[in-house]
Parts: sequence; C-alpha cells; structure tokens
Amino acid sequence: MVVYTFFLTAIAIVINACQSASEIEMAKYLSNGKDIYIARCQNCHGANGEGLGELAPPLTDTVFLKVNKQKLACYIKNGANEPMQIHGKTYQEKMPAFKDLHDIDIAQVLVYVTNSFGNQQGMYTYEQVAKDLQNCK
Amino acid sequence: MKKIILYAAFGMLLFGAACTQEKKLPIYGDREAKITKDANGNEKIDTVYKTIPNFKFLNQDSVEVTQDAFNNKIYVADFFFTSCTTICPVMHRNMKTIYDKYKGNQNVMFLSHTIDFKYDKPSVLKKYAQKLGVDVSQWQFLYGDKAAVYGLAEKDYLVAVQEDNAATDGYVHQGWLVLVDKHKRIRGAYDGTKTEEVEKLKSDMDILLAEKD
Repeated sequence: MVVYTFFLTAIAIVINACQSASEIEMAKYLSNGKDIYIARCQNCHGANGEGLGELAPPLTDTVFLKVNKQKLACYIKNGANEPMQIHGKTYQEKMPAFKDLHDIDIAQVLVYVTNSFGNQQGMYTYEQVAKDLQNCK
Repeated sequence: MKKIILYAAFGMLLFGAACTQEKKLPIYGDREAKITKDANGNEKIDTVYKTIPNFKFLNQDSVEVTQDAFNNKIYVADFFFTSCTTICPVMHRNMKTIYDKYKGNQNVMFLSHTIDFKYDKPSVLKKYAQKLGVDVSQWQFLYGDKAAVYGLAEKDYLVAVQEDNAATDGYVHQGWLVLVDKHKRIRGAYDGTKTEEVEKLKSDMDILLAEKD
C-alpha cells in the first residue's frame, strides 16, 4: 500500500514537472516569437495583427490559421502567391519569402501569432515545422 | 497691498501673453537675397527661398498632374514603390493615420512618388491605392520617368533614392515624409517609419495650417 501511494505520488510529481517544463518552453517560444514578429512581420501585418488594408491580411482569422496550420510554415519560408480567403475577404498580394529564418524561428513566430491577436492554439514545435516544410507545394 | 497684488497679476498676464507667441516651423533649403525695386524706385531686399519646382507626372488615374493640383495647400510627400517590402508598408501605415486625421480637409494633400519606373505604371498605382484604402484625389500617387523623379527626390525634396540590384527589392530609398507649405517650401522632414516622428509631423501640420502667409 505504501509502495502504491509512493508510486502514485511519483507519477504526480513527474506529470507536474513535465507540465511546468512545457509551460516554460511555451513561454520561451512566445517571447522569442514576439521579437521575431516585431522585426520581420509587424511591418506589414501590424502590431496587433490587424494587417494593412487589402495589401496584407490580418492575422486574426483563427479559423483560417487553424485550417491552414500545416501550410503556415511554408508561407513564411517560401513566401505566398496564391489568393487567400481571410475573414471572408480575398487577399492576393504576394508575401515575401523569409528564407533566412530557421525552423526554430518559424516555430517560435508561429506560436506567437497563433496565440496572440485573439488566437489561442497552443504549442507548435520546430520538429513539426521541419515536417510541414517537407510538404510545401 | 491689494493694489500691489493686482499690479503683479497684470504684469504676469502681460509677460505670459508675450511668451505664448505662435510657434513657427523652420524653412529648409538654400536661400538667397534678391534686391528688387518697387514702383517708386526704392530698393528692397527679398529673401528667395528654395521651392519645389514644377513637375508633370501621371497619377493613379492616368491623368497628368502638375503642381497646380497642390496650389494653396500644404502637402506631405514621400517616395516609395508598390513592391517594396522593407520600409514602405510601415511608412504608408503611418501616413494613412495622417490621412485619416485630415481626411476631407481642403487645405491638406498627400503625394506619393513611385521610384519604380519599370513596374509601377498608373494602373499598378491605382490598385495599390485601392488596396491601401486611399484611392481619393486628396492622395495622389504619381508615376514619372527615372530622371525626373530621381532628380526631384534628390535635388528638391532632399530624399536619397537609388536603383540597386543588390537590395532586397531592387531599390533603396529613405523613408522621409516631407512637409511642404503653400509656397512650395520644405518645412519639415520626418522619419515615416517611426510613430513618434509621425505624431510630431501631425502637430507640425496643425502649426503650419494656422500660419498666416
């Protein structure tokens, strides 16, 4: 019985520790992502993700971000040149490619974008970025 | 005793009034003195300020525009190009906040010269203006050949522009928003990428609008 309790407690501790480790990781992604966003994205997409007229789409369409999540890394790395429906409006200006951003940078900035401006979509790791980038069209 | 306080109050009022004289913006550029004679033959010295010379460009509606469009108005001018991804979006985001403030004001205009003489034909400028949400006569987007636009930028507006194949988008230029008065004189230049400088421009525009000739 004592062993059993001890075992359960150990599991609880492990889960607890893991949770805070992932929370720390997430916070790290968010704060680095914010720096990258300000340096590279804010120019067109705005400080609050509001976009710029019809030249640059807002980043506040949570449904779009969710549905196209596996394409987002491709948009950043390779640029985008296809019409996109965002908040029911069509945006078709070209987005430049950010070739110099590494997987980890892309992951961090995406975590920032998808968890700011009214979005709340959780973690997105750099391993996932690497996978998603292999499937770019 | 009461009298002294009263005098002191008057004195302070006078002093205060003297200090609140209206603020004036500087006039930029080279100037020269010119001696003129009036009808009676008396000599008079005039200061001749540098002004923006006349120009003739096509706007976003493919209509020829000269300086006449800006007669008796103050205006904010900048140099940009539509495919610019570096400083232009933030410049025009900021410039649009100025436009929003003076929207419909008959005394204020906006002028964006493109420096991309290869691609930014009037139809491209039109689309850009529409997408920025400012396709109005109050904001003119002007297209001209390289020599005319680059000359105007560097000699008259004092903004550096250059074609550069090594640059990200093929051109480099400075992000100044230049404030020009009713007499075509430059009264200020502000970094269009910085919000605090753009705020300064807005308050300077109010000063310039209040200025008597």
